[in-house]
Amino acid sequence: MSEAAKEVQKKEATTTEKGEHTRAGRVYTPAVDIIERKDDIIVIADMPGADETSVDVTLEKNELTIYGKVEPEVPEKHALHLTEYGIGDYKRTFTLTEEVDRNNIQATVKNGVLRIILPKGEAVKTRKIAVRAET
Amino acid sequence: MLWSDLERFGLALDPWRDFERVNRALTGWNAPTSVEFPAVNVWVAENNAVVTSELPGVAPEDIDISVAGKTLTIRGSRKSEELKEGESFHRRERWHGQFTKTLEMPFSIESGKVEAKFVKGVLNIALPRAEAEKPRKISVISV
Repeated sequence: MSEAAKEVQKKEATTTEKGEHTRAGRVYTPAVDIIERKDDIIVIADMPGADETSVDVTLEKNELTIYGKVEPEVPEKHALHLTEYGIGDYKRTFTLTEEVDRNNIQATVKNGVLRIILPKGEAVKTRKIAVRAET
Repeated sequence: MLWSDLERFGLALDPWRDFERVNRALTGWNAPTSVEFPAVNVWVAENNAVVTSELPGVAPEDIDISVAGKTLTIRGSRKSEELKEGESFHRRERWHGQFTKTLEMPFSIESGKVEAKFVKGVLNIALPRAEAEKPRKISVISV
């Protein structure tokens, strides 16, 4: 088995020592690409099994959290023969920098891929504080 | 011993802490080890099999499924995000490239009746058992 193949496996989210979920089932950390463009930053996350009705993107202070709820689909009257991947929800949190315009964040989902556009706002102007000589 | 006695000395021990840690370590053993990409789940019934695989972001037309006898082959590819000038990756964890996976089913497949769906980035292939191979009941006639 090559090293590259190992990397593409689903990673289960690490829970804090005492943290417990209120919902039964596993929670995975989605793999993400973050691309910085001239006017915005794009976050792309693989969340197979989730769609626009089951993905939540929340912004609280500086923390952007994505949560995708996945309902496992089990074929009727079939017995599980081989399991290579687990099914569960997705969760990941990002910390935003000051430059992101929080009012114009857009998110779309297609084929199980979440795409969030974080537009850069007006550049934070550096303020200059005049220093006067004390007389 | 009273646990609150310990707390008074600043030794706030959670009696369940160690159990929890061991429990996590043990249950983690069941996690599947490395498998050939893409990972699949297979369900089997007497006359049908269902194969599912997570292929987010792959266009349905880029998935190629072929069936021969007992074997199922899934091929496909996903392109990496293309960057224009002045754009850069801060993080790059998502997979990209071509993949091929071959699976053997417990029975021969009726290739003309295979159905594949691709919903929310999850591929679902229904593989019915070949008619010729289905078990038949033979009635015994008394002479």
